[in-house]
Amino acid sequence: MVEKSVSVLIELIRGIGHHVNDGLQRLGFAARFFAMVLVYSGQSFRRLHLTIREIYFCGFQSLLIILVSGLFIGMVLGMQGYETLQRYGSSEALGVLVALSLTRELGPVVAALLFASRAGSAITAEIGLMKATEQLTAMDMMAVNPIARVVAPRFWGGVISMPLLAALFSAVGVFGGYLIGVVFIGVDEGAFWSQMQGSVDFRFDVWNGVVKSFVFGVAVSLIAVFEGYDAIPTAEGVSGSIKRTVVNSALAILALDFVLTSFMFRGL
Amino acid sequence: MSADSLVKITDINFAYDDRAILKGITMEIPRGQLVAIMGNSGCGKTTLLRLIGGQLKPTGGSLLVDGQSVPGMSHDELYAMRRRMGMLFQFGALFTDISVFDNVAYLMREHTDLPEEMIRDMVLMKLNAVGLRGAHTLMPSELSGGMARRVALARAIALDPMLIMYDEPFAGLDPISMGVIGQLIRKLNDALGATTILVTHDVQEALQIVDYVYFVSDGLIVAQGTPDEIRASSDPFVHQFVYGEADGPVHFHYPAPPFEQDLMRSGAHG
Repeated sequence: MVEKSVSVLIELIRGIGHHVNDGLQRLGFAARFFAMVLVYSGQSFRRLHLTIREIYFCGFQSLLIILVSGLFIGMVLGMQGYETLQRYGSSEALGVLVALSLTRELGPVVAALLFASRAGSAITAEIGLMKATEQLTAMDMMAVNPIARVVAPRFWGGVISMPLLAALFSAVGVFGGYLIGVVFIGVDEGAFWSQMQGSVDFRFDVWNGVVKSFVFGVAVSLIAVFEGYDAIPTAEGVSGSIKRTVVNSALAILALDFVLTSFMFRGL
Repeated sequence: MSADSLVKITDINFAYDDRAILKGITMEIPRGQLVAIMGNSGCGKTTLLRLIGGQLKPTGGSLLVDGQSVPGMSHDELYAMRRRMGMLFQFGALFTDISVFDNVAYLMREHTDLPEEMIRDMVLMKLNAVGLRGAHTLMPSELSGGMARRVALARAIALDPMLIMYDEPFAGLDPISMGVIGQLIRKLNDALGATTILVTHDVQEALQIVDYVYFVSDGLIVAQGTPDEIRASSDPFVHQFVYGEADGPVHFHYPAPPFEQDLMRSGAHG
């Protein structure tokens, strides 16, 4: 009985050790992969059409979901914000509430979450399937580096697209808040815009939001290209990689948001 | 075999972790010849191609291509060598997001500064050689298996390589496509003055076109010779392989404990 318990315990410890070891190894591989992507990024900029093509696929083609989501989130913020502010007699501050919520937090975070599920998963699927159908191996055999030709342009396409998408998300969200607050509820239009103009600081609020979305763009794009490149070259393997891209990106965005917010707005 | 060998492999070994795949293979591929490497599935044929292409590193032995040691090459040296090689993958590995024309033009655009008009003429010549000039606007998803293989063949010879490697070019093809591909492999080798390595398990098709054959089994060369010598061979392995016999040195069953023992095991699942 004791012997059996000891052996179960040993198995448990061995299992934990195995998982930790695997995780560290994967993390090390991801760090090395990131360094390789940076080293081979030259071609993404020398042959700009490769990167522009990826900006079109992951940025432009994500516009619809980003704009529609931004509009609805702005409208919901307008309704919820008015409901709370009017209790304290400060419904004119609705513009400030909507703008700050979007530029500081919701714009970068929600746009990044949507970007991860729309574009990140597509990048992982594309690279994973290229691997499964030996296209990456074929490229390597043709003396064309797949990291320089396939991975780096997709990575930079994502990194460049993300802040632009987040900015558009925030802009459309502010318009959504305006529609609900000013057009439908009747908050004073002058107060809505002037208070927003007076309270939203470009460097502190807008620029920090841009920095956040850039960091999220790096994280999501890196996770997406890495999961695709590291996918087990089978249908099941590619599907598992897509799942990991969405889950890991969401967790990374939320964790990074906490860290960045702590440094930017709490002065840690 | 001829002393002037493009590929010279001496006592090469390769293993995935503890599982030995190649156990001391020695072979030479003379310049200008078409040499087949045959053997049953999983015997190490494709691994051998990947070693020649420098995608894998051997655990022992030497491997020279055009007098240069492939395992000892730096990344840049390896890429310089690969520019002089062409490889046809088992299922073509065409780039699915670009057209047939762009697939064949891919290497020319990546590795040369040729003007687009010249690239166009060269691509159409390559596609004409494989009989698919009329299909240059199609996407890979619109091609049949045999057509995709021919486009991949045109892509493999795009820069007139010194060494062309084919990994199971006949797999999954109908007899007509198989014959067409086989004849193309022979004609292209002779027309380009290239050297060709053909990895296949399709004995009958290969014996009609190749100059020399190596038989690999369980990581070792078990027989070799010209097609006529192979057909006349009394070696049990060659006989079993050439005539497709179920019984012989190659076992049908993967190694396992006795069937009765497996069936009688209580609570055994998977």
